[in-house]
Amino acid sequence: MAKVVVLGGGVSGHTAATFLKKWLGSDHEVIVVTPNSKWNWIPSNIWVGVGEMTVDDVIFELAPVYKKAGIDYKQAKAVSIHPEGKEGSDTPYVTIEYTDPSRAGESDEVEYDYLINATGPKLNFGATEGLGPDAGNTVSVCTAQHAAHASNELDRLIDQMKKGEKKTLVVGTGHGMCTCQGAAFEYIFNIEHKLKEEGVRDKAELIWLSNESFLGDFGMGGLHFNMGGYAMSSKIFAESLYAERDIEWILGAHVNKVEKNKIYFETLDGENDEQEYDFAMLIPPFAGVGLKAFNKAGEDITSTVFAPNGFMKVDADYTPKPYEEWKASDWPRTLQNPTYKNMFAVGIAFAPPHLISKPMKNPNGTPINPTPPRTGMPSAMMGKAVAQSIKDMILDGANEPTHTACMAEMGAACVASAGKGFFNGTAAAMTVYPIIPDFEKYPGTGRDLNGTTGELGLAAHWVKHFLHYAFMWKAQLKPGWTLIPE
Amino acid sequence: MSAKHLQHVEPYSPQFGTMIPLGFRKFLRTCVVWQFIRFIAINIRMTVLILKSHH
Repeated sequence: MAKVVVLGGGVSGHTAATFLKKWLGSDHEVIVVTPNSKWNWIPSNIWVGVGEMTVDDVIFELAPVYKKAGIDYKQAKAVSIHPEGKEGSDTPYVTIEYTDPSRAGESDEVEYDYLINATGPKLNFGATEGLGPDAGNTVSVCTAQHAAHASNELDRLIDQMKKGEKKTLVVGTGHGMCTCQGAAFEYIFNIEHKLKEEGVRDKAELIWLSNESFLGDFGMGGLHFNMGGYAMSSKIFAESLYAERDIEWILGAHVNKVEKNKIYFETLDGENDEQEYDFAMLIPPFAGVGLKAFNKAGEDITSTVFAPNGFMKVDADYTPKPYEEWKASDWPRTLQNPTYKNMFAVGIAFAPPHLISKPMKNPNGTPINPTPPRTGMPSAMMGKAVAQSIKDMILDGANEPTHTACMAEMGAACVASAGKGFFNGTAAAMTVYPIIPDFEKYPGTGRDLNGTTGELGLAAHWVKHFLHYAFMWKAQLKPGWTLIPE
Repeated sequence: MSAKHLQHVEPYSPQFGTMIPLGFRKFLRTCVVWQFIRFIAINIRMTVLILKSHH
């Protein structure tokens, strides 16, 4: 009997664990270690953040789903990986610390034959002084609970606007090295839509504050759509939408401090500036969750297994090189750890070889550039591909991973809400192929113009709303769940 | 006719330098018949993308 341990129960970890259990059956064991008791369809947190959905609409309890699937579920956080075992045992294991209230604080060791690291990010609010809901200044939509809090704060602000008060709302990124601009993009347009619905749009000044060097960078170095006979840049697509909805933008900004009602930031041209606000939602930077690794002798090998940012090394080319020498082939294909071949990392947990957007620093030496997005559809595809490889290794004795999920060889579909409503909602439906630009294969834009598209409209809103129900259904392993594609 | 779509744009502001949709384009965005056709088109496009992406 083989034992597969999956660290993390988010989109990529949950996908990997559920498919593995389906394919391996009861002859083999699948264990999920995740500190959370609930699964969250994160893309819909945006709608929780404007009061269009409740927390319960976007989450469900993991325990009954895993019980039904025959997956051993441990509500705990992983602390360290021991890929060589320990003295007297060659069996690799992870140490965990339970977060399950009934065993809170207890430690345990979980042995494995194969390990999938799908721990996702640590929301690193601490990287910027005063950032985040705990500091009491800005709100967040990164978790369902954060989004519910943001909605309450927004409602309070709207009440004040209804009394005639003018307010300034700032949405964007809270650090120069943030990713996930898409979530902030969705949130600012959903706020704008809600303010119109509430009849207070004229009382609000909306400001987009971002680390992107141009609107529409999205952490992917921008993209080009085939539109009306032109290869149109996402810069024009995004600027058009911001201009239409009367949203100002501040770009190339590294937020270094947040106080009540004031944001301090430096820009790419090296200037220090500040922005007053009444309501702000700034995405935090992401970091690895702080897992450690030790060899058989108990020596710390964290730097062998993980990159300095805490994400796990996989089969990428990590050789430092300038932007001009970056290639699509630098990106990992099998997501297998090069040192310990029975370990894989998927979703946000794998260490990207470098940024996708061009690295930039201001004259003060502060790096200000979006880091690579690897959430949503790509992370689910990585989870499934790694699950297929491990299944083939266990059942067929394959020596090497049999499936790949390379971001330079896959596309992504992104549906970004710009306001919810069955007849008056809108969203931007974008497809990008490949995610990592390949300038050798597609000179000029780096992407296939036949596969890279974008349009704004009600249809895209319907798609996003449909995906909400489809993925909540799929993740709960309800009948036909395998028919819904990643 | 187009004034109401542009009245918030200040000359030489960043918004002044980009494309701004006018009435017909905005109408199409929420026109149920047209958007139903686009709904089918988007789904086909995304399905093709998914099929191209699994290895």
